[in-house]
Amino acid sequence: MSQTAVIPQTANEAWILPSRGVVGMACLIVAESAIFTIFVVAYLYYLGRDQRGPTPRQVLDLPLFTSICLLSSSLTVHLAVAALHRGRRHACSLWLAATVLLGSIFLGGTAHEWYTLIYRDGLTIQTNLFGTTFYSLVGLHATHVLVGLAMLSLALVFSLNGSMSAKHTGRLEVLSLYWHFVDAVWVVVFTVVYVLGR
Amino acid sequence: MAVQTTTTAGTTQAAPRRLLLEVLHDWVTTVDHKKIGLMYIGYALFFLVVAGCQALLMRIQLAVPNNHFVSPQTFDSLFTMHGTTMVFFVGMPILFGFGNYLVPLMIGARDMAFPRLNAFSFWISAFGGMLLYFSYFGASGLYGAGSAPDVGWFAYAPLTAQIFSPGHSTDYWTLAILLSGIGNIGTALNIVATTICMRCPGMKLNRMPLLVWLYLVTSCLAFVTISPLTAAQIMLMLDRYVGSHFFDTQAGGSAVLWMHFFWIFGHPEVYILVLPAFAFANEIIPVFSRKAIFGYPAMVAASVGIGFISLSVWAHHMFTVGLGPGPNTFFTLATMVIAVPTGIKIFNWLATIWGGKIHFTVAMMFATGFLFQFLIAGLTGIMLSVAPFDWQLGNSYFVVAHFHYVLVGAILFMIFSAFYYWFPKMSGRMLSERLGKWHFWIFLIGFHLTFDFMHVPGLLGMPRRIYTYEADRGWMIWNMIVSSGAVFQAVATLLFVYNMVWSYFKGPIAGPDPWDAWTLEWSTASPPPAYNFAEVPTVESRRPLWDIKHPEDPDSRYE
Amino acid sequence: MAHSFWPGLAVQISTGFSHGSTSIFAPAGTPAHSIFSLSMLVLSIVAAIFLVVAGLLLYAVVRYRHRADAANASVEPPQIYGSTQIELSWTVIPVLIVVLLFLATARIILTTQNAPKPANALDVTVIGHQFWWEYDYPKLGIVTANELHIPVSDPKHPTPTYLTMSSADTDHSFWVPRLAGKMDLIPNQINTMWIDPQAPGLYLGQCAQYCGVQHAKMLIRVYADNPPEFAAWVAHQQQPAVDDPGVAEGRAVFLHNACMSCHTIAGTAATGRFGPDLTHVASRDTIASGSVTNNPANLRAFIDNPATFKPGVLMPAMHLSQHDLDAVVAYLSTLK
Repeated sequence: MSQTAVIPQTANEAWILPSRGVVGMACLIVAESAIFTIFVVAYLYYLGRDQRGPTPRQVLDLPLFTSICLLSSSLTVHLAVAALHRGRRHACSLWLAATVLLGSIFLGGTAHEWYTLIYRDGLTIQTNLFGTTFYSLVGLHATHVLVGLAMLSLALVFSLNGSMSAKHTGRLEVLSLYWHFVDAVWVVVFTVVYVLGR
Repeated sequence: MAVQTTTTAGTTQAAPRRLLLEVLHDWVTTVDHKKIGLMYIGYALFFLVVAGCQALLMRIQLAVPNNHFVSPQTFDSLFTMHGTTMVFFVGMPILFGFGNYLVPLMIGARDMAFPRLNAFSFWISAFGGMLLYFSYFGASGLYGAGSAPDVGWFAYAPLTAQIFSPGHSTDYWTLAILLSGIGNIGTALNIVATTICMRCPGMKLNRMPLLVWLYLVTSCLAFVTISPLTAAQIMLMLDRYVGSHFFDTQAGGSAVLWMHFFWIFGHPEVYILVLPAFAFANEIIPVFSRKAIFGYPAMVAASVGIGFISLSVWAHHMFTVGLGPGPNTFFTLATMVIAVPTGIKIFNWLATIWGGKIHFTVAMMFATGFLFQFLIAGLTGIMLSVAPFDWQLGNSYFVVAHFHYVLVGAILFMIFSAFYYWFPKMSGRMLSERLGKWHFWIFLIGFHLTFDFMHVPGLLGMPRRIYTYEADRGWMIWNMIVSSGAVFQAVATLLFVYNMVWSYFKGPIAGPDPWDAWTLEWSTASPPPAYNFAEVPTVESRRPLWDIKHPEDPDSRYE
Repeated sequence: MAHSFWPGLAVQISTGFSHGSTSIFAPAGTPAHSIFSLSMLVLSIVAAIFLVVAGLLLYAVVRYRHRADAANASVEPPQIYGSTQIELSWTVIPVLIVVLLFLATARIILTTQNAPKPANALDVTVIGHQFWWEYDYPKLGIVTANELHIPVSDPKHPTPTYLTMSSADTDHSFWVPRLAGKMDLIPNQINTMWIDPQAPGLYLGQCAQYCGVQHAKMLIRVYADNPPEFAAWVAHQQQPAVDDPGVAEGRAVFLHNACMSCHTIAGTAATGRFGPDLTHVASRDTIASGSVTNNPANLRAFIDNPATFKPGVLMPAMHLSQHDLDAVVAYLSTLK
């Protein structure tokens, strides 16, 4: 064969493939889940193996309010995407702002919890196995919240200055997938650290 | 899809000479999957030579007992760097390099799903490799050069703790693995998204070339295995930098937990490396046997099966850590079960060449070597899966021989095969078959001298990772043979490098389809233009070019 | 059983020449024996598979190579896409082989690791250190290092030795191929294994888990003694250290230098636990964890600069004067 073979275009049915943004985010979520799984396994493995305190039962309080805030932010980010999809940009900005606010309350709650643990209870990452696994697991999640908040804030800025329109729905949806994931992880972390482990 | 700038095909030869700086700028800023793929391959080849030299130094040291060629410290960092480099900075990049280059071409796409992420993944992995080697200068703060990591490639705790590994060499190791892991997850994500979202019209999942299927499985495997390694490295860094106690055995931490985390990565990693080798075999063996692959659905099922089963076998690396009879029995069974899908693959390749007309090009010679050697590697693998046998053989030179049979005898042979097969596509010129045959035979002799005889000292009780051994153990003759084989391999590899350089400038022009092959990458120019296909192809079967060449008997009729 | 299979053959040839055998094919204890029989079964199955599959491959490669001079050389061969029956057969047969192998293996795992411990078993605690072995006999009150003495176990009246293993620092692995498979020594974890040498003699092995710079010279020597010899050894080791006034000067050097902070000599002020117990050091055949013969010249060189024999060893060079060196060597040589 001396010529470049060209395969004739004979498709007559529609050829529709999934959105690469969604697939990419799904892959990222699988990979991130594996990372969190390892931290959760480490937490459970070391639970109750400490020779010295403080123990989870002594120092951990149930962060109910901030958890409710974080979980409800899943709803608000969903409403933001829905609003953008229908072209209602102001509603979108409003729901995004609500999401950022709720996420920030959650982070503030974590910050307060850590402050108390460190200065009241004297628990640092160096204290014992509980400190080691607790700060790293909750900290890893908080880092993800922080990254999500940064991206949501960016989206909010774009939405406010009018550079985001209905055609960007797909992208905002990918971001919302990430945020749902961060919330879902919190359900696991909450169950493991504050319910089972306390 | 973004419209790409049109350049003439075969830029390397046709374009007027440009300034070196312009060329460099072109490569550094590229987001083209083919250039990134080539950079991956080039980078991996560089490290292959580096880590190969490390292996040679180790073989000189071990050739005779009580040798003083290198110091114990040097030897320990040699095997650490050799293993780490070969797995993370040769195996992964070379396979992802081929994947990057071939996957879009084979599914009729014009680029990867996320071209910029692709470039990012490459550069972050490359940076990881440079960081690892910078440890030679920087691990003790720019003085005391030569203080590279010396904790072994699986870096068992607590040897990696600050007190047993002071200085920064282990930090460089951790950071390098972490960065390469991030890059690998990025590339894996890209390959999955490309495969799922970028196929050309008609390319249903059950029409994808097996190579693409296997890269899909490999990439999915990467998400669930490289991530645990990343997590474990984060823990190790927290231990070393902020004083947490994940693997600090003196504060109640567990050394075994690290082993679990590492091997949850480490064993599937072998499959991440070997599946692309299977992928090459699935394309190359049919073409040179002139027959369609035998049992396509079974091959797909076997690959997916291997992917899943490989996630449940990690503790066969830990038969001697005292898990108890229950886990030992379970992991023995899980490990043996993997022989079934692997067997299906070997038998299907056998059935593919059965009744064919085998053309022994160099690519096919390497593929044939792969078949035999992979068979042996699989059989020694079964021996090691028998937990009591492993209590004897584990961590001995038998294990070293076994996994080198997989990594060299199977994977490297298929990589060489892939070079002879796709080099014409990548460069537009054929590799010299005459030099290639020399390369094959010398390498084959060297390989068997080294790795066949390496099993024996293991059976005689020689543990791995010792810088020297006692003269009265009867290991010397075997080590001498093993070391002499290494010389042959080195010579053959040099021949291969020379062949590539010579053929790049002087080799015969390949044309778009030198092997009379059947998959889409052979339907475009060699090397392909930046946009891959002038017109996005449409396919109706697994072998679109077969259909064109044999309109009277197209594959689509049988699917 | 396929005793003549090539690795077995190769190994037998090589063990014929070597003096200190560590071959896994020369078992001398029950665990090693049962592994050996299992390995012969596995080897024969694996060899049979190899012969069949490699034979078929070789046949196909030769028989179906392309012949340029054949009449139909340019015609593509018939295309065969698969066959469910054939593929099913090469799925089912391997499954059956796996089941067979698995059952044979599970039996050995259980009989070895779940073996009931007889009442007359000897207990030894093995602690791995960078880069030497500590052996404690808790019921006999003996602490020694690097050379493990145990009684021979007559198959009719077995007297196995149960090892309780842990590590003081990094991971190690206890491997004496002729007696049993290896078992790792891991800090913060207790592992157990048992050995029962059935003939008197010296069994060699070494650390099989990379534990640091001197992993290579962390050698194991297991002495299987006949019952009377073992009883004599025990009685001797239970004595406090010899206190010979003729070497008082060397004793003083030992006790006035850092030696005593790492080493124990029972009956003196030296109670360090970081290095090997030296109470009966002169009764051992080797020093430096089995790497050199125990004689005054080697002892002197080792104390002068331990890195001569074991670069990377944790014992520092003591920088003793020549005179002090001679004195301390003389003292240690009396500690029979």
